[in-house]
Amino acid sequence: MEKIVFYILALIMIVFAIASVTSRKMLRSVIYLLFVLIGIAGIYFLIDYNFLAAIQLTVYAGGIIVLVIFSVLLVHHIEMELETATISKKILTGLACSVGLGIFLVTIYSNEFVVVENVKTTTVSDIGMGLLSYGAGGYILPFEIISILLLAAMIGAIIIGKGDKLTKNDDAL
Amino acid sequence: MIAGISIYEILTLTSILFFIGVYGFITRKNLISILISIELILNASAVNFVVINKYMYPDVLQGVFFSIFIIAVAAAETALAVAIIINLYRQISSVEVKDTEIMKH
Repeated sequence: MEKIVFYILALIMIVFAIASVTSRKMLRSVIYLLFVLIGIAGIYFLIDYNFLAAIQLTVYAGGIIVLVIFSVLLVHHIEMELETATISKKILTGLACSVGLGIFLVTIYSNEFVVVENVKTTTVSDIGMGLLSYGAGGYILPFEIISILLLAAMIGAIIIGKGDKLTKNDDAL
Repeated sequence: MIAGISIYEILTLTSILFFIGVYGFITRKNLISILISIELILNASAVNFVVINKYMYPDVLQGVFFSIFIIAVAAAETALAVAIIINLYRQISSVEVKDTEIMKH
């Protein structure tokens, strides 16, 4: 059962990822990306990390996609078609990516992974204790740094977004 | 663990997603499309962290923490990138890569 679900998810994700990077309509490309992100949340659910799946759904599917859709709607006409790269460049890039993928797969399949059979479930409290622990294996410092990073990003986004008033004297363009 | 699915299959899936992202990153000519490709790449790497944690080291949670940090950094990066793109559009009325020539303002 889980096997079938995984294969369906994988198929959906690959198809929509390809559609997302090749679609010529901007908004459709973003919506295809949304399906890929939901598929990844499904993978997280399958391997029993429910908290991570919830984060994926709220932050990515709920936050980032909405942000990108807003920027698309502010910047583009919906019907506008994107210009694409030349055919030769596409083929060349596709070849390079295929070669890279081949190297990755050869490396992965020739490596012997020491898989530990387990059915452990992780609770949210485990994750919270790990994130806030001071001891060995605790992640309190990166956790605090990431909060400062988010604050800095927020202030930076406001400053950059206001932009106009700060650069009013510039007459370039 | 996913019953009946080996770690190889999941790593194959994430590698494919990663290279689709790289393909989009190189071929797209539009800043927002490039941002979308970056999201694909980041997601593929986050899944890799989680899967390797779950399959090989189920007693620790390091991969989960790193995935959380990746998601947080991606959110910050997207917010900043969208702010930059909108500001750029205000100034040069375009978000195509070829029109983006000046950085100084």
